[in-house]
Amino acid sequence: MSNAAPPDAARRRWQRHSPAATLRAWLAFAAAAFVTAWSVSALDIEWAFFRDAHTQAADLLGRMWPPRWSYLPRIVKPLVETIHIATLGTAIAVALSLPVAFLAARNTTANRFTWLVGRGILVLSRSVNTVIWGLIFVAIFGPGPVAGICAVAARSVGFLAKLVAEAIEEVQVGQVEAITATGARTSQVWAMAVLPQVLPVLVGTAVYRWDINVRESSVLGFVGAGGIGLYLYASINQFAWQQVTVILVATSVIVLASEALSAFVRSRIS
Amino acid sequence: MARANAKAPPEGGVGGERERLRVAGLTKVYPTGKRALDGVDFVIATSGVTAVIGSSGAGKSTFIRCINRLVEPTSGRILLDGVDLVGLDRAGLRAARRRIGMIFQEFNLVERLTVMENVLAGRLGHVGLIDTLRRRFAPADVDAAFELLARVGLDGFHDRRADALSGGQRQRVGIARALIQRPDLLLVDEPTASLDPRTARQIMRLVRELATERATPAIVNLHDVALAREFADRIVAFSAGRIVFDDAPAALDAATLDRIYGGEDWSASAAADDDAPPAAPAVRGRVLGDDAGVAG
Repeated sequence: MSNAAPPDAARRRWQRHSPAATLRAWLAFAAAAFVTAWSVSALDIEWAFFRDAHTQAADLLGRMWPPRWSYLPRIVKPLVETIHIATLGTAIAVALSLPVAFLAARNTTANRFTWLVGRGILVLSRSVNTVIWGLIFVAIFGPGPVAGICAVAARSVGFLAKLVAEAIEEVQVGQVEAITATGARTSQVWAMAVLPQVLPVLVGTAVYRWDINVRESSVLGFVGAGGIGLYLYASINQFAWQQVTVILVATSVIVLASEALSAFVRSRIS
Repeated sequence: MARANAKAPPEGGVGGERERLRVAGLTKVYPTGKRALDGVDFVIATSGVTAVIGSSGAGKSTFIRCINRLVEPTSGRILLDGVDLVGLDRAGLRAARRRIGMIFQEFNLVERLTVMENVLAGRLGHVGLIDTLRRRFAPADVDAAFELLARVGLDGFHDRRADALSGGQRQRVGIARALIQRPDLLLVDEPTASLDPRTARQIMRLVRELATERATPAIVNLHDVALAREFADRIVAFSAGRIVFDDAPAALDAATLDRIYGGEDWSASAAADDDAPPAAPAVRGRVLGDDAGVAG
Protein backbone atom coordinates (compact mmCIF):
# COMPACT_ATOMS: atom_id res chain seq x y z
CA MET A 1 0.00 0.00 0.00
CA SER A 2 2.44 2.54 1.22
CA ASN A 3 5.41 1.28 -0.76
CA ALA A 4 4.22 2.53 -4.12
CA ALA A 5 6.98 4.51 -5.86
CA PRO A 6 6.83 8.23 -5.11
CA PRO A 7 6.31 10.57 -8.06
CA ASP A 8 9.51 11.53 -9.88
CA ALA A 9 9.50 15.05 -8.56
CA ALA A 10 9.51 13.84 -4.94
CA ARG A 11 12.20 11.19 -5.48
CA ARG A 12 15.51 12.07 -3.84
CA ARG A 13 18.57 11.45 -5.95
CA TRP A 14 21.66 9.66 -4.59
CA GLN A 15 25.06 9.24 -6.22
CA ARG A 16 28.08 7.52 -4.75
CA HIS A 17 30.51 10.05 -6.31
CA SER A 18 30.15 13.74 -6.95
CA PRO A 19 30.66 14.84 -10.59
CA ALA A 20 34.07 16.28 -9.64
CA ALA A 21 35.15 12.97 -8.09
CA THR A 22 34.02 11.10 -11.22
CA LEU A 23 36.02 13.47 -13.41
CA ARG A 24 39.13 12.98 -11.27
CA ALA A 25 38.77 9.19 -11.48
CA TRP A 26 38.58 9.36 -15.29
CA LEU A 27 41.62 11.66 -15.46
CA ALA A 28 43.61 9.25 -13.26
CA PHE A 29 42.59 6.38 -15.54
CA ALA A 30 43.67 8.33 -18.66
CA ALA A 31 47.02 9.17 -17.04
CA ALA A 32 47.65 5.49 -16.22
CA ALA A 33 46.83 4.52 -19.82
CA PHE A 34 49.20 7.20 -21.14
CA VAL A 35 52.09 6.07 -18.88
CA THR A 36 51.60 2.46 -19.98
CA ALA A 37 51.56 3.38 -23.68
CA TRP A 38 54.65 5.56 -23.23
CA SER A 39 56.59 2.75 -21.47
CA VAL A 40 55.76 0.22 -24.18
CA SER A 41 56.74 2.58 -27.02
CA ALA A 42 59.96 3.65 -25.27
CA LEU A 43 61.19 0.10 -24.68
CA ASP A 44 61.61 -0.95 -28.33
CA ILE A 45 60.05 -4.32 -27.69
CA GLU A 46 60.81 -6.83 -30.46
CA TRP A 47 57.29 -8.11 -31.11
CA ALA A 48 58.54 -10.71 -33.53
CA PHE A 49 59.89 -12.71 -30.62
CA PHE A 50 56.36 -13.17 -29.31
CA ARG A 51 55.33 -14.98 -32.47
CA ASP A 52 57.37 -18.10 -31.76
CA ALA A 53 57.60 -17.72 -27.95
CA HIS A 54 55.31 -20.69 -27.35
CA THR A 55 57.43 -23.00 -29.55
CA GLN A 56 60.61 -21.77 -27.85
CA ALA A 57 59.07 -22.45 -24.44
CA ALA A 58 57.95 -25.92 -25.47
CA ASP A 59 61.41 -26.57 -26.90
CA LEU A 60 63.09 -25.48 -23.63
CA LEU A 61 60.74 -27.63 -21.56
CA GLY A 62 61.54 -30.56 -23.84
CA ARG A 63 65.24 -30.11 -23.26
CA MET A 64 64.70 -29.76 -19.47
CA TRP A 65 62.81 -33.03 -19.32
CA PRO A 66 63.49 -35.61 -17.92
CA PRO A 67 65.42 -34.24 -14.92
CA ARG A 68 68.90 -35.69 -14.56
CA TRP A 69 68.43 -37.06 -11.05
CA SER A 70 71.94 -38.51 -11.04
CA TYR A 71 73.09 -34.88 -10.66
CA LEU A 72 71.30 -34.53 -7.31
CA PRO A 73 74.10 -35.86 -5.04
CA ARG A 74 76.48 -33.25 -6.48
CA ILE A 75 74.25 -30.34 -5.38
CA VAL A 76 73.47 -31.50 -1.84
CA LYS A 77 76.54 -29.74 -0.47
CA PRO A 78 75.89 -26.38 -2.20
CA LEU A 79 72.22 -26.56 -1.14
CA VAL A 80 73.24 -26.99 2.49
CA GLU A 81 75.76 -24.18 2.00
CA THR A 82 72.92 -21.96 0.76
CA ILE A 83 70.97 -22.56 3.97
CA HIS A 84 74.08 -21.92 6.05
CA ILE A 85 74.70 -18.62 4.26
CA ALA A 86 71.13 -17.55 4.99
CA THR A 87 71.30 -18.68 8.62
CA LEU A 88 74.67 -17.13 9.48
CA GLY A 89 73.82 -13.92 7.61
CA THR A 90 70.54 -13.64 9.51
CA ALA A 91 72.25 -14.33 12.85
CA ILE A 92 74.81 -11.58 12.27
CA ALA A 93 72.02 -9.24 11.17
CA VAL A 94 70.03 -9.92 14.36
CA ALA A 95 73.05 -9.10 16.53
CA LEU A 96 73.74 -5.87 14.63
CA SER A 97 70.12 -4.82 14.27
CA LEU A 98 69.39 -4.33 17.99
CA PRO A 99 71.85 -1.47 18.57
CA VAL A 100 70.87 0.06 15.22
CA ALA A 101 67.19 -0.16 16.16
CA PHE A 102 67.76 1.62 19.48
CA LEU A 103 69.67 4.33 17.58
CA ALA A 104 66.95 4.70 14.98
CA ALA A 105 63.97 4.81 17.36
CA ARG A 106 63.04 8.35 18.37
CA ASN A 107 62.30 7.45 21.97
CA THR A 108 65.58 5.66 22.70
CA THR A 109 68.11 7.49 20.55
CA ALA A 110 70.40 9.93 22.38
CA ASN A 111 69.96 12.99 20.20
CA ARG A 112 69.13 14.09 16.67
CA PHE A 113 72.60 13.17 15.39
CA THR A 114 72.50 9.58 16.68
CA TRP A 115 68.99 9.28 15.25
CA LEU A 116 70.25 10.39 11.83
CA VAL A 117 73.12 7.87 12.06
CA GLY A 118 70.63 5.09 12.88
CA ARG A 119 68.27 6.13 10.07
CA GLY A 120 71.22 6.41 7.68
CA ILE A 121 72.26 2.83 8.39
CA LEU A 122 68.67 1.69 7.75
CA VAL A 123 68.44 3.48 4.43
CA LEU A 124 71.90 2.37 3.23
CA SER A 125 71.25 -1.26 4.14
CA ARG A 126 67.79 -1.38 2.63
CA SER A 127 68.38 0.56 -0.57
CA VAL A 128 71.04 -1.86 -1.87
CA ASN A 129 69.85 -5.24 -3.17
CA THR A 130 71.35 -8.41 -1.69
CA VAL A 131 72.92 -9.33 -5.05
CA ILE A 132 74.59 -5.90 -5.28
CA TRP A 133 75.85 -6.33 -1.71
CA GLY A 134 77.16 -9.71 -2.94
CA LEU A 135 79.10 -8.04 -5.77
CA ILE A 136 80.64 -5.60 -3.29
CA PHE A 137 81.67 -8.29 -0.79
CA VAL A 138 83.01 -10.59 -3.55
CA ALA A 139 85.26 -7.68 -4.48
CA ILE A 140 86.39 -7.43 -0.84
CA PHE A 141 86.62 -11.06 0.31
CA GLY A 142 86.89 -12.81 -3.05
CA PRO A 143 84.32 -15.35 -4.28
CA GLY A 144 82.81 -17.80 -1.79
CA PRO A 145 80.31 -18.13 1.02
CA VAL A 146 81.91 -15.45 3.24
CA ALA A 147 80.91 -12.79 0.71
CA GLY A 148 77.41 -14.32 0.63
CA ILE A 149 77.06 -14.24 4.42
CA CYS A 150 78.16 -10.60 4.53
CA ALA A 151 75.77 -9.70 1.71
CA VAL A 152 72.81 -11.34 3.45
CA ALA A 153 73.73 -9.70 6.77
CA ALA A 154 74.20 -6.25 5.20
CA ARG A 155 70.78 -6.32 3.55
CA SER A 156 68.97 -7.86 6.56
CA VAL A 157 70.27 -5.43 9.21
CA GLY A 158 68.20 -2.61 7.79
CA PHE A 159 65.11 -4.77 7.38
CA LEU A 160 65.23 -6.08 10.96
CA ALA A 161 66.33 -2.81 12.57
CA LYS A 162 63.58 -0.82 10.83
CA LEU A 163 60.80 -3.08 12.12
CA VAL A 164 62.32 -3.36 15.60
CA ALA A 165 62.79 0.44 15.75
CA GLU A 166 59.11 0.87 14.89
CA ALA A 167 58.25 -1.58 17.67
CA ILE A 168 60.43 0.37 20.11
CA GLU A 169 58.61 3.57 19.19
CA GLU A 170 55.32 1.85 20.02
CA VAL A 171 56.19 0.34 23.41
CA GLN A 172 53.75 1.03 26.22
CA VAL A 173 55.20 3.99 28.09
CA GLY A 174 53.58 2.95 31.35
CA GLN A 175 55.82 -0.10 31.62
CA VAL A 176 58.87 2.05 30.88
CA GLU A 177 57.73 4.61 33.45
CA ALA A 178 57.28 1.96 36.13
CA ILE A 179 60.78 0.55 35.68
CA THR A 180 62.24 4.08 35.57
CA ALA A 181 60.50 4.86 38.86
CA THR A 182 62.36 2.01 40.61
CA GLY A 183 65.65 3.90 40.12
CA ALA A 184 66.94 1.69 37.31
CA ARG A 185 69.53 2.98 34.83
CA THR A 186 68.43 3.75 31.28
CA SER A 187 70.19 0.61 30.01
CA GLN A 188 68.29 -1.43 32.58
CA VAL A 189 65.01 0.20 31.59
CA TRP A 190 65.71 -0.87 28.00
CA ALA A 191 66.63 -4.39 29.10
CA MET A 192 63.68 -4.87 31.43
CA ALA A 193 60.85 -2.76 29.98
CA VAL A 194 61.60 -2.18 26.27
CA LEU A 195 63.29 -5.41 25.20
CA PRO A 196 60.55 -7.74 26.48
CA GLN A 197 58.00 -5.70 24.55
CA VAL A 198 59.89 -5.80 21.24
CA LEU A 199 61.25 -9.33 21.53
CA PRO A 200 58.29 -10.96 19.73
CA VAL A 201 58.80 -8.53 16.83
CA LEU A 202 62.53 -9.25 16.73
CA VAL A 203 62.06 -13.02 16.75
CA GLY A 204 59.17 -12.91 14.27
CA THR A 205 60.93 -10.69 11.75
CA ALA A 206 64.23 -12.59 12.16
CA VAL A 207 62.54 -15.87 11.27
CA TYR A 208 60.65 -14.21 8.41
CA ARG A 209 63.87 -12.61 7.15
CA TRP A 210 65.66 -15.98 7.39
CA ASP A 211 63.17 -17.49 4.98
CA ILE A 212 63.57 -14.54 2.59
CA ASN A 213 67.34 -15.00 2.91
CA VAL A 214 67.15 -18.67 1.96
CA ARG A 215 65.52 -17.56 -1.32
CA GLU A 216 67.96 -14.70 -1.89
CA SER A 217 71.09 -16.72 -1.14
CA SER A 218 70.07 -19.23 -3.80
CA VAL A 219 70.89 -16.61 -6.47
CA LEU A 220 73.97 -15.15 -4.73
CA GLY A 221 76.08 -17.73 -6.58
CA PHE A 222 75.36 -15.80 -9.82
CA VAL A 223 77.82 -13.15 -8.60
CA GLY A 224 80.19 -15.68 -7.05
CA ALA A 225 79.01 -15.32 -3.46
CA GLY A 226 78.61 -19.07 -2.81
CA GLY A 227 75.67 -21.44 -2.58
CA ILE A 228 73.53 -23.26 -5.14
CA GLY A 229 73.36 -20.27 -7.49
CA LEU A 230 76.87 -20.98 -8.75
CA TYR A 231 75.76 -24.40 -9.96
CA LEU A 232 72.57 -23.03 -11.49
CA TYR A 233 74.54 -20.37 -13.36
CA ALA A 234 77.11 -22.93 -14.58
CA SER A 235 74.41 -25.38 -15.71
CA ILE A 236 72.58 -22.68 -17.68
CA ASN A 237 75.83 -21.60 -19.35
CA GLN A 238 76.55 -25.21 -20.33
CA PHE A 239 72.98 -25.62 -21.68
CA ALA A 240 72.68 -28.52 -19.18
CA TRP A 241 68.92 -27.99 -18.95
CA GLN A 242 68.20 -31.34 -17.34
CA GLN A 243 70.52 -30.33 -14.47
CA VAL A 244 68.77 -26.96 -14.25
CA THR A 245 65.48 -28.79 -13.65
CA VAL A 246 67.01 -30.74 -10.78
CA ILE A 247 68.41 -27.57 -9.20
CA LEU A 248 65.11 -25.69 -9.56
CA VAL A 249 63.12 -28.54 -8.05
CA ALA A 250 65.56 -28.98 -5.15
CA THR A 251 65.66 -25.22 -4.48
CA SER A 252 61.86 -25.00 -4.54
CA VAL A 253 61.59 -27.81 -2.00
CA ILE A 254 64.00 -26.03 0.35
CA VAL A 255 62.31 -22.66 -0.08
CA LEU A 256 58.88 -24.16 0.59
CA ALA A 257 60.22 -25.99 3.65
CA SER A 258 61.83 -22.83 5.04
CA GLU A 259 58.61 -20.87 4.45
CA ALA A 260 56.57 -23.50 6.26
CA LEU A 261 59.05 -23.58 9.16
CA SER A 262 59.08 -19.78 9.36
CA ALA A 263 55.28 -19.57 9.33
CA PHE A 264 55.05 -22.23 12.03
CA VAL A 265 57.57 -20.52 14.32
CA ARG A 266 55.89 -17.13 13.85
CA SER A 267 52.49 -18.62 14.69
CA ARG A 268 53.88 -19.87 18.00
CA ILE A 269 55.27 -16.53 19.20
CA SER A 270 53.21 -14.93 21.93
CA MET B 1 68.91 24.97 53.99
CA ALA B 2 66.54 24.28 56.87
CA ARG B 3 66.04 28.01 57.42
CA ALA B 4 64.94 28.41 53.85
CA ASN B 5 62.14 25.92 54.43
CA ALA B 6 60.74 27.91 57.30
CA LYS B 7 57.55 28.65 55.37
CA ALA B 8 54.90 26.79 57.32
CA PRO B 9 52.78 24.11 55.65
CA PRO B 10 49.01 24.48 55.67
CA GLU B 11 47.36 23.27 58.85
CA GLY B 12 46.65 19.56 59.17
CA GLY B 13 50.36 18.96 58.74
CA VAL B 14 52.73 16.77 60.64
CA GLY B 15 52.08 17.39 64.29
CA GLY B 16 54.90 16.19 66.51
CA GLU B 17 56.26 13.53 64.11
CA ARG B 18 59.42 13.83 62.06
CA GLU B 19 58.77 14.95 58.50
CA ARG B 20 59.60 12.70 55.58
CA LEU B 21 58.62 14.82 52.60
CA ARG B 22 58.33 18.56 52.25
CA VAL B 23 57.11 20.12 49.04
CA ALA B 24 57.56 23.88 48.79
CA GLY B 25 56.27 26.20 46.09
CA LEU B 26 55.93 23.35 43.61
CA THR B 27 54.81 24.63 40.21
CA LYS B 28 54.43 22.77 36.94
CA VAL B 29 53.61 24.49 33.67
CA TYR B 30 53.30 22.13 30.72
CA PRO B 31 54.65 23.15 27.30
CA THR B 32 51.01 23.63 26.27
CA GLY B 33 50.87 26.49 28.78
CA LYS B 34 48.62 24.62 31.19
CA ARG B 35 49.56 25.48 34.78
CA ALA B 36 48.95 22.06 36.38
CA LEU B 37 50.48 22.93 39.76
CA ASP B 38 50.54 26.44 41.13
CA GLY B 39 52.78 26.86 44.16
CA VAL B 40 51.93 23.75 46.16
CA ASP B 41 53.20 23.51 49.74
CA PHE B 42 52.82 20.15 51.40
CA VAL B 43 54.42 18.16 54.19
CA ILE B 44 54.00 14.55 55.28
CA ALA B 45 55.35 12.74 58.29
CA THR B 46 57.15 9.40 58.42
CA SER B 47 53.90 7.44 58.50
CA GLY B 48 50.24 7.64 57.60
CA VAL B 49 48.12 7.40 54.46
CA THR B 50 47.36 10.70 52.76
CA ALA B 51 44.67 10.67 50.10
CA VAL B 52 44.80 13.28 47.35
CA ILE B 53 41.43 14.04 45.78
CA GLY B 54 40.20 16.49 43.19
CA SER B 55 38.52 16.48 39.80
CA SER B 56 40.31 15.37 36.63
CA GLY B 57 42.84 17.98 35.61
CA ALA B 58 43.14 19.41 39.13
CA GLY B 59 46.81 18.43 39.28
CA LYS B 60 46.74 15.24 41.42
CA SER B 61 48.61 13.09 38.93
CA THR B 62 51.11 15.83 38.04
CA PHE B 63 51.73 16.37 41.76
CA ILE B 64 52.54 12.74 42.47
CA ARG B 65 54.69 12.42 39.34
CA CYS B 66 56.66 15.53 40.19
CA ILE B 67 57.72 14.00 43.50
CA ASN B 68 59.85 11.30 41.82
CA ARG B 69 60.40 13.52 38.78
CA LEU B 70 58.64 11.33 36.25
CA VAL B 71 57.31 14.79 35.44
CA GLU B 72 59.97 17.49 35.72
CA PRO B 73 58.79 20.35 38.00
CA THR B 74 58.99 23.87 36.59
CA SER B 75 59.95 25.36 39.94
CA GLY B 76 59.79 24.65 43.66
CA ARG B 77 61.52 22.25 45.98
CA ILE B 78 60.88 18.61 46.93
CA LEU B 79 62.75 17.61 50.06
CA LEU B 80 62.94 13.91 50.91
CA ASP B 81 64.44 13.71 54.40
CA GLY B 82 65.93 17.12 53.79
CA VAL B 83 67.50 16.36 50.38
CA ASP B 84 66.14 18.44 47.50
CA LEU B 85 65.24 16.04 44.66
CA VAL B 86 64.81 18.83 42.13
CA GLY B 87 68.51 19.66 41.99
CA LEU B 88 69.76 16.07 41.79
CA ASP B 89 71.85 14.79 38.86
CA ARG B 90 70.97 11.50 37.16
CA ALA B 91 72.83 9.27 39.62
CA GLY B 92 71.42 11.16 42.60
CA LEU B 93 67.91 10.96 41.15
CA ARG B 94 68.24 7.19 40.66
CA ALA B 95 69.36 6.81 44.28
CA ALA B 96 66.35 8.86 45.42
CA ARG B 97 63.94 6.90 43.24
CA ARG B 98 65.14 3.66 44.85
CA ARG B 99 63.71 5.03 48.10
CA ILE B 100 60.33 5.88 46.55
CA GLY B 101 57.94 3.09 45.61
CA MET B 102 55.27 3.84 43.00
CA ILE B 103 51.99 2.10 42.24
CA PHE B 104 50.09 2.96 39.04
CA GLN B 105 46.52 3.12 37.82
CA GLU B 106 47.20 0.86 34.85
CA PHE B 107 49.45 -1.38 37.00
CA ASN B 108 52.24 -0.87 34.44
CA LEU B 109 53.60 -4.38 34.81
CA VAL B 110 55.91 -5.59 32.06
CA GLU B 111 53.24 -7.74 30.49
CA ARG B 112 55.45 -10.39 28.89
CA LEU B 113 57.52 -11.02 32.00
CA THR B 114 56.64 -13.32 34.87
CA VAL B 115 55.22 -12.18 38.19
CA MET B 116 58.59 -12.84 39.85
CA GLU B 117 60.50 -10.79 37.27
CA ASN B 118 58.06 -7.94 37.74
CA VAL B 119 58.42 -7.99 41.51
CA LEU B 120 62.22 -8.21 41.35
CA ALA B 121 62.23 -5.26 38.94
CA GLY B 122 61.79 -3.25 42.15
CA ARG B 123 65.39 -4.18 43.00
CA LEU B 124 66.90 -3.01 39.68
CA GLY B 125 68.50 -0.06 41.41
CA HIS B 126 70.75 -2.54 43.23
CA VAL B 127 72.02 -4.69 40.33
CA GLY B 128 74.02 -4.03 37.16
CA LEU B 129 73.03 -4.39 33.51
CA ILE B 130 74.49 -7.88 33.02
CA ASP B 131 72.73 -9.20 36.11
CA THR B 132 69.54 -7.50 34.88
CA LEU B 133 69.78 -9.35 31.56
CA ARG B 134 70.54 -12.64 33.31
CA ARG B 135 67.84 -11.99 35.94
CA ARG B 136 70.38 -12.56 38.71
CA PHE B 137 69.17 -10.99 41.95
CA ALA B 138 70.48 -11.31 45.50
CA PRO B 139 69.05 -14.41 47.26
CA ALA B 140 67.73 -12.11 50.00
CA ASP B 141 65.77 -10.20 47.35
CA VAL B 142 64.29 -13.41 45.96
CA ASP B 143 63.28 -14.44 49.48
CA ALA B 144 61.71 -11.03 50.02
CA ALA B 145 59.83 -11.36 46.72
CA PHE B 146 58.36 -14.73 47.74
CA GLU B 147 57.35 -13.30 51.12
CA LEU B 148 55.72 -10.25 49.54
CA LEU B 149 53.84 -12.37 46.99
CA ALA B 150 52.47 -14.46 49.86
CA ARG B 151 51.56 -11.28 51.74
CA VAL B 152 49.62 -9.77 48.83
CA GLY B 153 47.80 -13.07 48.27
CA LEU B 154 49.68 -14.34 45.21
CA ASP B 155 51.46 -17.33 46.76
CA GLY B 156 52.41 -19.74 43.96
CA PHE B 157 51.88 -17.19 41.17
CA HIS B 158 55.59 -16.38 40.73
CA ASP B 159 56.02 -18.13 37.36
CA ARG B 160 52.78 -16.85 35.81
CA ARG B 161 53.12 -14.26 33.11
CA ALA B 162 51.78 -10.86 34.07
CA ASP B 163 49.45 -10.75 31.06
CA ALA B 164 47.73 -13.91 32.34
CA LEU B 165 46.55 -12.18 35.54
CA SER B 166 43.31 -10.37 36.35
CA GLY B 167 43.30 -6.64 37.10
CA GLY B 168 43.23 -7.11 40.85
CA GLN B 169 46.05 -9.66 40.70
CA ARG B 170 48.12 -7.33 38.54
CA GLN B 171 47.74 -4.50 41.01
CA ARG B 172 48.87 -6.87 43.79
CA VAL B 173 52.02 -7.54 41.78
CA GLY B 174 52.41 -3.77 41.34
CA ILE B 175 52.16 -3.35 45.11
CA ALA B 176 54.77 -6.08 45.70
CA ARG B 177 57.09 -4.43 43.15
CA ALA B 178 56.85 -1.10 44.96
CA LEU B 179 57.32 -2.61 48.42
CA ILE B 180 60.33 -4.76 47.57
CA GLN B 181 62.18 -1.47 47.14
CA ARG B 182 61.77 -1.10 50.95
CA PRO B 183 60.69 2.44 50.16
CA ASP B 184 60.69 5.38 52.55
CA LEU B 185 57.73 6.81 50.67
CA LEU B 186 54.93 5.26 48.62
CA LEU B 187 53.40 7.14 45.69
CA VAL B 188 50.12 5.60 44.63
CA ASP B 189 48.44 7.03 41.53
CA GLU B 190 44.76 6.08 41.22
CA PRO B 191 45.39 2.46 42.27
CA THR B 192 41.76 1.43 41.93
CA ALA B 193 40.50 3.37 38.93
CA SER B 194 40.89 0.38 36.58
CA LEU B 195 39.26 -2.06 38.99
CA ASP B 196 35.72 -3.05 39.90
CA PRO B 197 34.37 -1.58 43.17
CA ARG B 198 34.89 -4.74 45.24
CA THR B 199 38.46 -5.27 44.07
CA ALA B 200 39.10 -1.55 44.51
CA ARG B 201 38.26 -1.82 48.21
CA GLN B 202 40.44 -4.92 48.64
CA ILE B 203 43.37 -3.17 47.00
CA MET B 204 42.95 -0.02 49.08
CA ARG B 205 42.74 -2.12 52.24
CA LEU B 206 45.95 -3.90 51.23
CA VAL B 207 47.75 -0.64 50.50
CA ARG B 208 46.67 0.74 53.86
CA GLU B 209 47.66 -2.40 55.79
CA LEU B 210 51.08 -2.63 54.17
CA ALA B 211 51.81 1.08 54.59
CA THR B 212 50.97 0.71 58.29
CA GLU B 213 52.85 -2.59 58.80
CA ARG B 214 55.97 -1.19 57.24
CA ALA B 215 55.60 2.26 58.74
CA THR B 216 55.84 3.78 55.24
CA PRO B 217 54.03 7.01 54.52
CA ALA B 218 51.83 6.82 51.42
CA ILE B 219 50.38 9.47 49.15
CA VAL B 220 47.39 8.04 47.31
CA ASN B 221 45.61 9.79 44.43
CA LEU B 222 41.97 8.79 44.46
CA HIS B 223 39.02 10.03 42.46
CA ASP B 224 36.66 8.06 44.69
CA VAL B 225 35.87 10.23 47.71
CA ALA B 226 34.27 7.33 49.62
CA LEU B 227 37.46 5.27 49.36
CA ALA B 228 39.51 8.26 50.47
CA ARG B 229 37.27 8.77 53.50
CA GLU B 230 37.47 5.14 54.51
CA PHE B 231 41.16 4.38 54.04
CA ALA B 232 43.06 7.65 54.55
CA ASP B 233 44.28 9.33 57.73
CA ARG B 234 44.35 12.68 56.00
CA ILE B 235 42.76 14.08 52.87
CA VAL B 236 44.29 16.73 50.67
CA ALA B 237 42.15 18.20 47.90
CA PHE B 238 43.46 19.87 44.77
CA SER B 239 41.61 22.33 42.62
CA ALA B 240 43.17 24.12 39.65
CA GLY B 241 46.69 23.20 40.76
CA ARG B 242 46.33 24.40 44.36
CA ILE B 243 45.60 22.67 47.64
CA VAL B 244 42.13 23.79 48.73
CA PHE B 245 41.58 21.40 51.60
CA ASP B 246 43.93 19.57 53.95
CA ASP B 247 42.48 17.90 57.02
CA ALA B 248 41.22 14.70 58.59
CA PRO B 249 38.58 12.79 56.58
CA ALA B 250 35.90 13.67 59.13
CA ALA B 251 36.24 17.35 58.26
CA LEU B 252 35.28 16.76 54.64
CA ASP B 253 31.64 17.88 54.33
CA ALA B 254 29.30 18.52 51.42
CA ALA B 255 30.09 22.23 51.31
CA THR B 256 33.80 21.43 51.01
CA LEU B 257 33.14 18.89 48.26
CA ASP B 258 31.20 21.57 46.37
CA ARG B 259 34.23 23.78 46.64
CA ILE B 260 36.52 21.00 45.36
CA TYR B 261 34.44 19.56 42.56
CA GLY B 262 32.03 22.36 41.77
CA GLY B 263 28.32 22.12 42.49
CA GLU B 264 26.77 18.69 42.08
CA ASP B 265 24.03 16.78 43.85
CA TRP B 266 26.07 14.26 45.84
CA SER B 267 23.00 12.29 46.91
CA ALA B 268 21.79 11.77 43.34
CA SER B 269 21.63 8.10 42.40
CA ALA B 270 23.86 6.66 39.71
CA ALA B 271 20.82 5.43 37.79
CA ALA B 272 19.56 9.00 37.37
CA ASP B 273 22.97 9.88 35.96
CA ASP B 274 22.68 7.34 33.18
CA ASP B 275 19.94 9.29 31.45
CA ALA B 276 21.65 12.65 31.68
CA PRO B 277 24.00 12.28 28.71
CA PRO B 278 27.46 13.59 29.66
CA ALA B 279 27.06 13.35 33.41
CA ALA B 280 30.42 11.91 34.45
CA PRO B 281 32.72 11.65 31.43
CA ALA B 282 35.90 11.83 33.51
CA VAL B 283 35.01 8.82 35.59
CA ARG B 284 33.90 6.79 32.57
CA GLY B 285 37.14 7.54 30.79
CA ARG B 286 39.09 6.18 33.69
CA VAL B 287 37.08 3.01 33.96
CA LEU B 288 37.77 2.34 30.31
CA GLY B 289 41.39 2.92 31.13
CA ASP B 290 42.08 5.06 28.11
CA ASP B 291 43.38 8.16 29.79
CA ALA B 292 46.52 6.76 31.34
CA GLY B 293 49.15 9.41 31.51
CA VAL B 294 46.74 12.31 31.31
CA ALA B 295 47.44 14.57 34.21
CA GLY B 296 44.56 14.07 36.64
